[in-house]
Order: sequence, then C-alpha cells, then structure tokens
Amino acid sequence: MNLLTVSGSPHVHGGNSTKKIMFGVIYAMIPALLVSVYFFGLGAIKVTLVAVLACVFFEWVIQKYLIKGPSTIHDGSAIVSGILLAFNVPSNLPIWIIIIGALVTIGVAKMSFGGVGKNPFNPALVGRVFLLLSFPVQMTSWPKPAVLFSGLADAVTGPTALGHLKEEIGRGRTVTDVMENGTKMIVDGQEVLYEIPQYMDLFLGNMGGSLGEMSAIALVLGGIYMLFRKIISWHIPVTYIGSVVVFTGILWAIDPEAYVNPAFHLITGGLMLGAIFMATDMVSSPMSNKGQLIFGLGCGVLTVIIRVWGAYPEGVSFAILIMNAFVPLINNGLKPKRFGEVVKNG
Amino acid sequence: MSVLKTFKIGGVHPPECKYSAGEAIKALELPKQVTIPIAQSLGAPSKAVVAKGDEVKVGQLIAKGEAFISSNIHSSVSGKVLKLDEVLDQSGYRRPCIIINVDGDEWDENIDRSTELKKDITATKEEIIKKIQEMGIVGLGGATFPSHVKLMVPDGKKAEVLVINGVECEPYLTADHRLMLEMADEMVIGIQILMKGLDVKRAIVGVENNKPDVIEHLNNRVKDYPGIEVCALKVQYPQGGEKQLIDAAIGRQVPSGKLPIEVGAVVNNVGTAFAVYEAVQKNKPLIDRVVTVTGKNLKETGNFMVRIGTSVNELIEKVGGLPEDTAKVVSGGPMMGKALNSTDVPVVKGTSGILTFEEGEAKRVETTNCIRCAKCITVCPMGLEPVLIAQYAGNELYENVEAERAMDCIECGSCSYTCPAGQPLLDYIRLGKYKVGEIIRNRSKK
Repeated sequence: MNLLTVSGSPHVHGGNSTKKIMFGVIYAMIPALLVSVYFFGLGAIKVTLVAVLACVFFEWVIQKYLIKGPSTIHDGSAIVSGILLAFNVPSNLPIWIIIIGALVTIGVAKMSFGGVGKNPFNPALVGRVFLLLSFPVQMTSWPKPAVLFSGLADAVTGPTALGHLKEEIGRGRTVTDVMENGTKMIVDGQEVLYEIPQYMDLFLGNMGGSLGEMSAIALVLGGIYMLFRKIISWHIPVTYIGSVVVFTGILWAIDPEAYVNPAFHLITGGLMLGAIFMATDMVSSPMSNKGQLIFGLGCGVLTVIIRVWGAYPEGVSFAILIMNAFVPLINNGLKPKRFGEVVKNG
Repeated sequence: MSVLKTFKIGGVHPPECKYSAGEAIKALELPKQVTIPIAQSLGAPSKAVVAKGDEVKVGQLIAKGEAFISSNIHSSVSGKVLKLDEVLDQSGYRRPCIIINVDGDEWDENIDRSTELKKDITATKEEIIKKIQEMGIVGLGGATFPSHVKLMVPDGKKAEVLVINGVECEPYLTADHRLMLEMADEMVIGIQILMKGLDVKRAIVGVENNKPDVIEHLNNRVKDYPGIEVCALKVQYPQGGEKQLIDAAIGRQVPSGKLPIEVGAVVNNVGTAFAVYEAVQKNKPLIDRVVTVTGKNLKETGNFMVRIGTSVNELIEKVGGLPEDTAKVVSGGPMMGKALNSTDVPVVKGTSGILTFEEGEAKRVETTNCIRCAKCITVCPMGLEPVLIAQYAGNELYENVEAERAMDCIECGSCSYTCPAGQPLLDYIRLGKYKVGEIIRNRSKK
C-alpha cells in the first residue's frame, strides 16, 4: 500500500503561472519590437538585447549574492522589464547608459523591494525616469526613422513630434502654423526644415521617439493579444486612453490653436505604450476593477497635465509612477463588489 | 437560444473530466463488515443505541440524534454488532463508530422494498418533517446538514421557492447526473414531498447544460407535476454552492452571514430529494447512496449504490484496484473534496465520490511570489479578496481576516486553482476562518 498525499483542497490547479503570464507579455511586445527594428535597424536590436541581458544578469547576481535566494530569472519578468526599458529609450542610447538603466530598473526598483511581485513602482519606468533625469541630453536625442528623413544626410537626431510641438507652442506659435509650415532649425550649422510627420506616419510609427512607442497599431495589436489571454483587463487602458482623449478634447474645443487635437495626443509619445504595457503591469496597478478605473483615469489626467503645462513634453512615465504610489490607497479604499450586496430581491 | 443563467460574481471552469457519466448505477455487493461513524451530519454526534453483540436488521436505528441539529443513523446491513470503537474515518482521525459484521440481508419489516412508484403523497406537512428526521435524511450534496431542520422555517420567515441542486459542478463526479437520469420519477416525487413539507408552490431544479440528457429527461418528467421547473444553467464552478445556485436560478443574493431562507429560498440536493422519496413513501431510512469512483489512472470508472459504512477499499477493488502510481485519494470532487490518508475508511452519508490521482497530478504547483494579478479576486464567487485574507491570516492579523469577511468564504478553492503564483490561498484562508471562528465564539461567551 503506497503512502497517500494528504493536502487541503483544491486538488487541481488551473495551470496558469507567472512564467506563462510574463511570456505572454513578451509575445505581445513582439509587433512593436519588429516595428522599431524596421525603422531603427540594428540600433533597436542592440538596445533591446543589451537591456534584456543586463536586466536578467542583474536579477541573477542580486538574487544569488545579495538576497541569496533561489534564482527567479526563469520566470521571464526580468526579460519583460528589459524590453520595456528598451522600449522607453532612444535607439542610439550608448550601451553604458542602458546598463545603468538596467541596474536601476532591476536593482533599485525591483530587487530591493524583494523581487518579482513586491515592487510598488513599475521597474522599467523607474529606470527610464532615472536615465531621463541623469542623462537628459542622450535620453532626448531621438534618431529619426531612416525612411522619412533620407534627404537629410547629416541629421541623425531630431525631436519627438510631441516635444517639438510643445516647444513651438511655448514660443507663441499656433498649432496650425507648426503643423503646416514646419520649423526651421539649425542642425550642425546647417539650416533644415523640421516637419511633424503626417498622422498616418505617426499612427504607423514613422516618427522620432523612443524605441517601443513608435507604432500605435503594433502596440494595440499586442494589447488585444493580452486581453485575449486575460493577462490584462480592459479597465486601465480604456480609462487611461479615454480620459486623455476627453481631457485633451475639452482643451482643443476651447482653443484649437493653443492645444493640439486628441488624435495627435493619442498616437504620439508614449501614451499607447504606457496605457497598454506599463500602466497595466499587474504588480504595480490596483487589484479591483473599480480601483483600476480610478487608476486609469488618474494616469490620463496627470499625463495631459504634464504634457500641456508641465516641464516635460511627455507625461506618461511620471503619470504612471505617481499613480503607482496611490495604489495601496486605492486598493484599501475600493473593494470588489461583495456577494449579497447587490440586488437583494431581483 | 436564450442566454443561460449563472451566478453573477466570479467563478472558474475547470476541465470537467466526467469519465463515468455513461456508467449506469450498479449496486455494490454487500460487504462482510461495515463501519458506521456515529457523527455523519453537521451538528452534534448521535448517541449509539445498540451494544456489542446486538443483532440488527437493515434499517434499524443504531444511533439517535438527540440535539436539534443532529441526525439518526440506521444500520445499513443485517448482522451482529461486533463492537463500538474509535476507528479511523475520512477525517483522518479516530472517531466513534459502530462496527457490524454482516450476516445475510434481512430488512426491517416496515420498509417497503418494492420498486413500484408511489406517487400519492398522503403524509401531512408535519408527518413529512417527522419522517425525514426519523429516517436520518441529511443533505447529500456533501454538507450533510440534517434535512428536517431545513424544512422548519423560522418564525417570521417564509419559504417561497424550493431550489433543487442538480448542478454537480465538481469535475469528475457523476453520481447526481446518473441519479437524475435513472431515478427521475422518484426524485421528482421527493421534490413534491419537500414542497409540501415547506408549503411552497414552486420548485426549480438547477442543472448545468453540460448534462443535456438530464435536462431533456427531467423536462419530460416534470410535465406531470405542477410547480416544478427545470432551469438549464451555464457551466460555471462553484454553481453548486448554495448561495451561487440561488443567485443563478432565481436572481436573489443571500446576504452575508444569512441563510437562504432570508431571500425565501431553501436548497436541497437531488440526492436528498431521492432519499426523501424513499423515506416518506417507502419508509426507508438513509442507508445507502450513489458514489462515483473515478480517476484518470483507473482502468474503469463507475457509479455505485453503496451501503453506508462500506470501506472505500471495496469500491476501489470494484473498479480494478488502486493502481500502483496512485499518490492521492480524494473523497468528493477535486475542488472541495478531502484527501484521505487511508483507503480503509468507511463511506458515509456525505460521500459523493472517490477520486484517485497519480503522482504527477497529486503534486501541488511550486509557490512563487504573489504578482498581484488579482485573478483570485476576479474568480472569487463571494466577491472577496482571497490574497488579502490569506496574507492577513499568514501574519496572524485575525481582526483583519474577519473584517475582510473571511467567514463569507465558501472554500470553493477557485482562488488557489487560478493563482499563477501557486499560492496556497485557501489553506491560509481556512486557518484564518478557524481562528476567527474561535474569536467569535469567545466574544459571544462574554
């Protein structure tokens, strides 16, 4: 007679795992990665590879020598952080800066809190913001996609559409003026005309910007895949993007020459990347659906405030990090709908 | 086709694995010996009324339930009482049992053993309740709550609808499925008896639509009986939970800490309805029940009519014995069943199935850090936050465990089932509930 295992119910498991979720996220990022490779070529591959390897390496080293616990690199979460970090930086960022970013991402934002699942802030965003504050020049020198500016041999870098527009509006120009007439700039002693790309190019990702934020369509594809796999729910992306559209829509309705239209906000900058991949990070977002709605709304409002009135052209990273800090409060305050509290007699 | 009803919050859908659904109910041969625990229902244990050496007949009272919530126990065999002793039962502990050596199969003369269907219900409401109590009928869905207590509606409350649980949402189990197919008429009459006992005009039989044969068959059967409807439900675990079933069938939610009667509902299992038929119409005490024997590693599976007190070993022998690779044997379903530490334990009134697992299935998944994915919250049918309760319980913060409404937890296991980090959430919640139970009892003492 063999000895029988005795354990509490349930005796079966659904088979989901952290690893499956993390690799699901990785698969969802592939379309956006392919788009950035298409536009930035080897630079995109180099940055992504370095970021991923550095993140995995730092997690392994810290786990082994500082935490002295079992290795967690196999669960794929360091790979996710690495890709997201790469997605948030320009494709010509020097390798040593990427490695510093990876160290902050994994070492400071993730492992110092106890590793996967314990971090209050999105690790990749912490890494990104650290780099932005420490290396502002390198972090905002965006290489132009090879296809569009082929006529300008010397111009390897340029501003993002979002940053450029904000700067010019700050100089007193109108939105129409900037969009239609472009801007004369001095690059390496030569005068060049910078034009904001057409909407279709912005939508497809043919614009200057961080690696992964290029193509709204590729990011949405990944989002749909994650929704389908139930890795994310609709609550955060929809309220985030929705509130940006509504808020910027109101501003645009008030004065279309001082504030650009919502569609522009939607497809430029890191909004799609942030709303679909960063704000939905399960570790650092609220647990209840109600909480996620509030979280998405807060992210959207903060993003617009920073984009329109803040010191930075892009507000997605800061908005999400600020809302991350509210998550414990949101979790505490917004409980799921309890059984028996709805209709008593239907 | 209209949208199928189901409960509103949470739920999971584990693989159904109903291998034995096509196996007709077979009577298991009489065992040589039965071991009948005297605590087989919720509430106080019964008091033995036989002694060593007594001759007993099938259906003879051997232990009497004396408290309000307790139930009578009858001999399931004829023979001689070998001894009253503490014997290992399904709980894993030694508990008082009556052990009877079987001799022949002589039934109590008051029991009607004919197979004739007795449709006319002559008993009055009071007689029905008394009979159900006398015959030791308990809830056969697994909770084994004494059935007569359910029929005694407290003052100020009114039963409006009887909900019959034919959901069998646990994977693997098919005992109720077979019963509804093979004993539909008896069961429907049992439902009518329960309706009379409760004084209600309406009964709803909830059946998940993974049993289309049952739904069709029952729809045909209930035509002749007024007030009984069959409600096809969307397959969703834990629909067989009392509160979930009421929500699914009639759209009412029983408030926290309250009984179904609060919303005018009383729930009984299909097996109980069948046992009520036998008790009231045939004078037969609850001495046997249908048990599913199943498992991926078994050569065959089956549904058996088993006398209470029969060893689980005999059931397993009947399907070809326990395979060498068996690592776990569960009494009940895989989601809520109890792992046995030995197969040499008796089948009791609450045993709905015996399920075997081989080595690989028996192992739990590796536990890693919680990634706060909130899947446990999404699937919790009670709208709780399992991860939070589990963390509070793990940190011995029992006031918080109580404040997070741990006592609402029905222990369905959906949280642990779905957790990607493999956290033993329900283990911690059970610990928390146990401690909170202690705290509540101490509080009411003061």
